[in-house]
Amino acid sequence: MDVRYINPFIHSIRNTFQTMCGFATNVEKPQLKHGNDPASDVSGVIGFSGDAAGSVVLHFSFEVASKVASAFAKITIDPQHPDFADALGELANMVAGGAKAQFEGLRISISLPNVIVGKNHSVSCSKTTPRIVIPCNTECGTFYVEVGMVLARPATRVAPVGEVGVLS
Amino acid sequence: MKILLVDDSRTIRNIQKNVLKQLGHEDVVEAEDGVQALTQYGIAKPDLMLVDWNMPNMDGITLIRKIRETDRKTPIIMCTTEAEKSRVLEAVKAGVNNYIVKPFTVESLGEKISQTMAKIGAAAAT
Repeated sequence: MDVRYINPFIHSIRNTFQTMCGFATNVEKPQLKHGNDPASDVSGVIGFSGDAAGSVVLHFSFEVASKVASAFAKITIDPQHPDFADALGELANMVAGGAKAQFEGLRISISLPNVIVGKNHSVSCSKTTPRIVIPCNTECGTFYVEVGMVLARPATRVAPVGEVGVLS
Repeated sequence: MKILLVDDSRTIRNIQKNVLKQLGHEDVVEAEDGVQALTQYGIAKPDLMLVDWNMPNMDGITLIRKIRETDRKTPIIMCTTEAEKSRVLEAVKAGVNNYIVKPFTVESLGEKISQTMAKIGAAAAT
């Protein structure tokens, strides 16, 4: 994976959690994934297809996932709440969508969110694509965003944040 | 005013409902995909629709094209993670009246809804 393509994800992570949850995300240095780390209790998974192949996975502990989901929904959401997975899947959706919009000239589709819930599970992805893990520190605790993506062709430009299209 | 919310995420629909409540709109019906939305559209005859793009069974853009085959008037706001200019243009061609990209602030969503309703009101008055 081209490390230049990590920046859109970092921008999208910061924007998504600041806008929807109201807290800042302090992103630590991204690292190459080794083995099955990071293990997590809740994983929100979005796949990429079209001009990009791969996925983005948000990894949370139960404690952090509950705090993040509650900050998003503005109500208390614990792992037993019927909207627990829904809230975390939607956040994964926003992170993926916000990142893909910054790859200009490419037609990338994102999947519907899948959320895996289970104590200390790991998510196995393609071993042919290097995967980058981005540690994210927040007031709710630390979570990890894992990205593995191969582009069919280079993007014409990776758009800076704030430039993606909206209709006024 | 009756508003149809179409999004496969219940969390998003709840956030939208709260914004609408703050704006004084409590007559809300919901659908979690395009197929359900078509049914609800026929039953509820909404005055405004908020529609997500990526949903199971039938996506939002297909839903909007189907509705616009017979109804050019009901205001539709697309509320989606699809932020590329090409997607916005595709949605405009399909017939949306306004577009908001997720993530959104409560204020920006409220503004888009008010803006859309004001435009519709002004058009109706002329």
